[in-house]
Amino acid sequence: MIEILDPGPQTTVQDLGRFGQLRYGIPPSGPVDGFAFVLANRLVGNPDGAAGLECTLVGPRFEVGASCAVAVAGADMPVTVNGREAPGWTTLVLGPGDVVKLGPARSGVRSYVAFSGGLECPLVMGSRSTYLRGQLGGLEGRALRKGDRLRIAAAAPPPRWRVARRAVPDYTGEPTVRVVLGPQADRFTKEGIGALLESAYAMLPQSDRMGARLSGARITHSRGHDIISDGIALGSIQVPGDGQPIVLLVDRQSTGGYTKIATVCSFDVGRVGQVRPGQSLRFRAVTVHEARRLLCLADAVLEAGLREEIA
Amino acid sequence: MSVRFLPAGDLAVLVEFDEEISVEVNTRVRALEFLIQQKGLPGIAETVPTFRSLLVYYDPRAVGYDALCASIAELLPQATTAVLPPSRLVELPCCYDDPELGFDLAAAAHRLGLSTAELVRLHSRAEYLVYFIGFTPGLPYMTGMPERLTIPRLETPRTKTPAGSVGIGGTQCCIYSVESPGGFWILGRTPVRLYDPGAPDPILLRPGDRVRFRAADRGEYDRIAARAEARAYVPVIT
Repeated sequence: MIEILDPGPQTTVQDLGRFGQLRYGIPPSGPVDGFAFVLANRLVGNPDGAAGLECTLVGPRFEVGASCAVAVAGADMPVTVNGREAPGWTTLVLGPGDVVKLGPARSGVRSYVAFSGGLECPLVMGSRSTYLRGQLGGLEGRALRKGDRLRIAAAAPPPRWRVARRAVPDYTGEPTVRVVLGPQADRFTKEGIGALLESAYAMLPQSDRMGARLSGARITHSRGHDIISDGIALGSIQVPGDGQPIVLLVDRQSTGGYTKIATVCSFDVGRVGQVRPGQSLRFRAVTVHEARRLLCLADAVLEAGLREEIA
Repeated sequence: MSVRFLPAGDLAVLVEFDEEISVEVNTRVRALEFLIQQKGLPGIAETVPTFRSLLVYYDPRAVGYDALCASIAELLPQATTAVLPPSRLVELPCCYDDPELGFDLAAAAHRLGLSTAELVRLHSRAEYLVYFIGFTPGLPYMTGMPERLTIPRLETPRTKTPAGSVGIGGTQCCIYSVESPGGFWILGRTPVRLYDPGAPDPILLRPGDRVRFRAADRGEYDRIAARAEARAYVPVIT
């Protein structure tokens, strides 16, 4: 059992997501940054899909009711256990009554807390992920509040691990994320595509789990900005009439009628979700075939050499 | 009809049939989706049908882009109405005659040059086809509205339209599945929930369903709404 003492601005229960429901208008939800989420789970000996917490900009403060292992990964939020500093990207062993606090993120946006055994809440359409707009899944389909209690499934204590320093992502600076052009790249001018690929775009504060709203050089359409509504893939870069791109994330609408110039590759979507308001990013185009190769590389980075056992 | 395969990142491909909205094109989209499900093509994660395209999510670790497109292309000649199973007819009670629920009925009738009774009769006599479900959970995109009811969308969209509101705009009829902004003229409201996040099966309508509205008075609306609230109401589906 954990009890939420202070929820932070938006802390939700997430697992890897709710799949197969997009044809009914229900997005997958799940962690915006799957890389950090999966590593947090692996650090406490969980399967990749065990339910944990996604914390946004400022983390929660919570008390654990029984011995368990916890790991925090993702945005660099200062972690304390009973007021004493504790490392991120590391297995933390806790006892009953221990209080964990995640402070405001020094870099990145979203941090993940995994608990050995995983959080228990009802499966809704096969998933424990929270979809806030649809009031679905997680704890009553909402963000956590003060006084909420969540059960943790029983699990044997895991070995203690930490992620090798070289493998901890750097969320500062101006990242370049890889995109595949299309499906409607032919609805943009050459200058419009040039703007997307050659200039920096700043993250706007109204971004959320549905979409990352960006601001920068205007992306010009060649034949209007409306299309006959069609499906919206993870990472789709939608460009409405104002020429400013929106990268659609895990809580996206399933379909829509704006042109989509390109799609951020799945392995870089999490990085978009770690760009803070005011920070900027750039886009670089790759082919579908390059993207597949890069995805396998990203899988290998996750698998190999990320963890070292603590002696 | 020349079908185009358009990449949508590394996890999806958009199979685009045409640049028009029609029952013929949409039927081919749904038939292709049905064939993909039935044949269990390897590596396909899920599919999203829309008016004239099918978005196919896949796992590139299991199947490459070219092989995937080739296996989908092979199914295209069979993707016709003949392969689709019989569709369901869903009857939705709708309360038109209470201005609290159908708040634009009188104004829409005036705009269309019809009496409210004629507008209700035309709207509830038609049979609608669900092209696809999208945008918000459980929201049907439908065709089949009588041409006589074509009406420009509201000049100032509403910021909030209650769930269950039945509206018309352009050549479309729409049912709001969750409270949302919108520019449709609201003729009435159905007490049936198209999306109920607490129900074991939260979504009522499916792509390819046919929908009919049955005029219900406020008393019946309230009785059905109370049963829907208790998850004790099942609409007539044949």
